[in-house]
This record gives sequence, structure tokens and C-alpha cells, in this order.
Amino acid sequence: MSQKTEKLIDKKGLRLDGRKPDELRPIKIEVGVLSNADGSAYIEQGKNKILAAVYGPKELHPKHMALPDRMVLRCRYHMAPFSVQERKSPAPSRREIELSKVIREAIEPAIFVEYYPRTAIDVFVEVLQADGSTRCTSITAASLALADAGVPMRDLVVACSAGKVEDTIVLDLMDAEDKVGSADVPVAYMPNLGVITLLQMDGILTPEEFEKAVNLAIEGCKKIYALQKEALKAKYVSVKEVEE
Amino acid sequence: MPTFFERRQIATPGDLLADGDYIAGENTYKEGSKIYAARIGLVEYEDKKVSVVALRAFYIPRVGDTVIGTVVEVGFSGWTVDINAPYLAILRASDVLNRPFKPQRNDLTEVLDVGDLVVAKIVSYDRTHNPQLSVNEPGLGKITRGQIVKITPTKIPRVIGKKGSMISMIKQETGCHIILGHNGIILITGKSLENEELAMMAIHKIEEESHTTGLTDRILQLIRKEKEKREVVENESKN
Repeated sequence: MSQKTEKLIDKKGLRLDGRKPDELRPIKIEVGVLSNADGSAYIEQGKNKILAAVYGPKELHPKHMALPDRMVLRCRYHMAPFSVQERKSPAPSRREIELSKVIREAIEPAIFVEYYPRTAIDVFVEVLQADGSTRCTSITAASLALADAGVPMRDLVVACSAGKVEDTIVLDLMDAEDKVGSADVPVAYMPNLGVITLLQMDGILTPEEFEKAVNLAIEGCKKIYALQKEALKAKYVSVKEVEE
Repeated sequence: MPTFFERRQIATPGDLLADGDYIAGENTYKEGSKIYAARIGLVEYEDKKVSVVALRAFYIPRVGDTVIGTVVEVGFSGWTVDINAPYLAILRASDVLNRPFKPQRNDLTEVLDVGDLVVAKIVSYDRTHNPQLSVNEPGLGKITRGQIVKITPTKIPRVIGKKGSMISMIKQETGCHIILGHNGIILITGKSLENEELAMMAIHKIEEESHTTGLTDRILQLIRKEKEKREVVENESKN
């Protein structure tokens, strides 16, 4: 793919899908889409389509895994076999196991885990269609599903990626940019508290570029946060408006 | 000492509610002098207390609560009861039988079996132990008839209404006996299935619109309208 002479950024400074370097992909969020789950959320970010479901808190089985002083958070990130161009085996891959851990650790700081000892919360993230930065989109959806389940949280967690493509620092990488570009920096952030809960880097950046990328990602997070809040409220406000 | 929300405005987790000399109430937390929301809900300011009335939450047992639960396991000396909480509750045989019993002789399934519903009171619970139930009070015990409605536990206070205005209105209008479990499970027993259905419908409506104002009056109208409709249908079928 990198052999092609296709430019990721054209002469006008626009990206493959016509975005400016600091522009997000179009985002659509819906909360409470699954009735069986205690909490759920569905997000579309560009071509990414991700579903998150939360069950719990509930008693943990097997019981010996329960912790006497805090809640156990379990997370499963999974990509549907049809989520990518070439069929992905439904068995959890190394990458998926790693991403499950990454997502869990990104949302755990937001939850009051010490409130409910000896219990567990299950978070399921199902990627229906993948187009780059799925870990970020998954975190955004998972934290909404948790809030929808009524789990007490310090803040909503939002995530967004930034990276370097053809010597330009860009926001919200999509698949092609992620694969061909030279660096990818996913950031998860709690906007009200100003706390970063996930920070990774894949590729090479100078310290200056890195700082610029992180700041750009945080700006992106803040924009997504506004959409996240709107989506969460929308579930209840719609009832209110009909009445008044 | 500013506050950042109006009363009854919707807040989401992490929203800054107040800064200064305030007390963090339900579903909020304090960091330094700032108070933030911990759940999605409606903001409530009361003197110095800032709280959030949650729109979604799960039930956490509290000593003294009346709950309705399902028996999920019969053991040697008691039952395990699912009370719609993250923790399973224990009901002791000695508490139910009120007399000494021997596991070899008494068969506990004769008293309560898996799947039976019970109204019980929580007598003890803390972080390290699962809640323990008791049925040693009038009105508690096995449920033999009626309808069960499940709602979000945080909305039980709304179903009760101010000084019980809502629940007494529903009881009066439908003629049903209603037991509210603090865990969000409601038992309705009435003279006929129609009356029970009427009460169920009213409760579902309350759950949907719990955060709106003037709800009691609207529910009253709803029940009366529904009653009229049914009477008309009845009369037509007689003619």
C-alpha cells in the first residue's frame, strides 16, 4: 500500500477524505441501544462502527477472583469477522487481548471501584466495522455505556488519536493514515478533571511533535466530549420535551 | 461560592456542580472545594448540600429497606435470595420457621422453593458481608398472588411521591394493594386483573416520565381516562 504514490495530504493541505489536518471525522452517538444490557452505547466515527455493552455491577463468578476491597472491571474488545476487508478470525487475537487491557485501564480511573467491593462489571466492546483508531472510539463508547448503566463515575472518558502523516500532525487518524503514516498517538482524557488516562505512541516523533500531537488529541477529545454529553442527555431529554 | 447549574437541570458524570463551602450529597463527589456529579441525573441544591437525583442507578442494600426478591438457591440452613442488587441476600431458616429445625428432618423446599418470591426486610449488611433478610414482621413473607413490576430503583421515591401522594392516589383509584420494594421491584395485588393492570400501567408511566413536573395529576387523569374507556367497552359488550 505504501508503494503507491497516492498522497495522503493533497496540495491544498486536505486529507484523503477531504478533512483538514485538525478536523475530526463525523461522529454519531446513541445511548441505550441494547435492552438486555444494563447500559449500552453505539458510536459511528467516520467508518468506525462500534457497539459497547455494560453488565453489572454483579456478583463475580468464579468467586475467588473477587477482591475484598474493590470492584473488578472486566473488559472484552472484539472485532467482528466482517469488520475489516479480509475476514478476521473470530478468536481473540493477541492484539484484541492487548486492547481489552488498554481499554480497561483507560476507563478504570473514572470509576469509583472502591464503592462496591466483591463485585464485577463486564464491559463488552464489539467492533462492527473498523477504520483506524478503534481503541479510542471504543473507550468513548464504553464510558458512555457505563454512565448509562448508572455506574458512579468521576468523569466521562473520551479518547481521540493524533499522528504524523507526511510531516504534518493530524487529528483522528483513519485506517490508511494509521498504516502509511509515521506515527500514531492515542490519548484518553477526562475533560472536567484534566486527567489523561491513556497515552500511547506508535512510530517516531520528535519531542516537539509529540507535544503538539498530544495537545491536538486533547482538543479533539474536548470536541467529542461535547457530543458524548449531548448523546447521554438525549436519552432522557426527549421524554421531557414531549411533555412540555 | 458559585453554583454552576440550575435546580432540576440534567447533569452528566464529571460536571462541575458547585465550588466552595458545599456538602457533597448523593451521587456527587468532592475534590478539594469542588463538587462534581458522579451519575447522570437532575441537580438539586438544598442549603449547603448539593446532590444529584440519579436517572439511572442500581440498588445497593441498606439496613431497614423492604425488598422483594426471588429465591435462587435452597441450602441446608436457609435460602439465597436475588434482591436485584450486586450482592445476593441470605434468608435463614430459623428466621422463617420461628421454631428450632433440624436439617435432617425438615425439608426447606416445602416452605420456600427456588423461584418463589418473598417480601423481606434487610436486617444486616456491610461491605464485607452479604445482606441478611428477615420476614419476622407483619406483611412480610412469601408472595402467593399479584403482579410484579420492575423499575429503576432510583425511581421508587417518585412512585411514592411527596408524602406518599402518588402511591396513595394509585391505591385509591385502582383499589389495589401495593408493596414497594426499595430494590425497584413492586408487588401489586388487587381484586381483579384489570385493576392490577391499571396500576401497572400507571407505574410504568411514572418510570418513563419521572423527571417531569405535575406528574401526579397527569397520572390521575390517565387512570380515570383508562377506567372510562374500559367501562365503555364493558357496556358495549353487554349490549
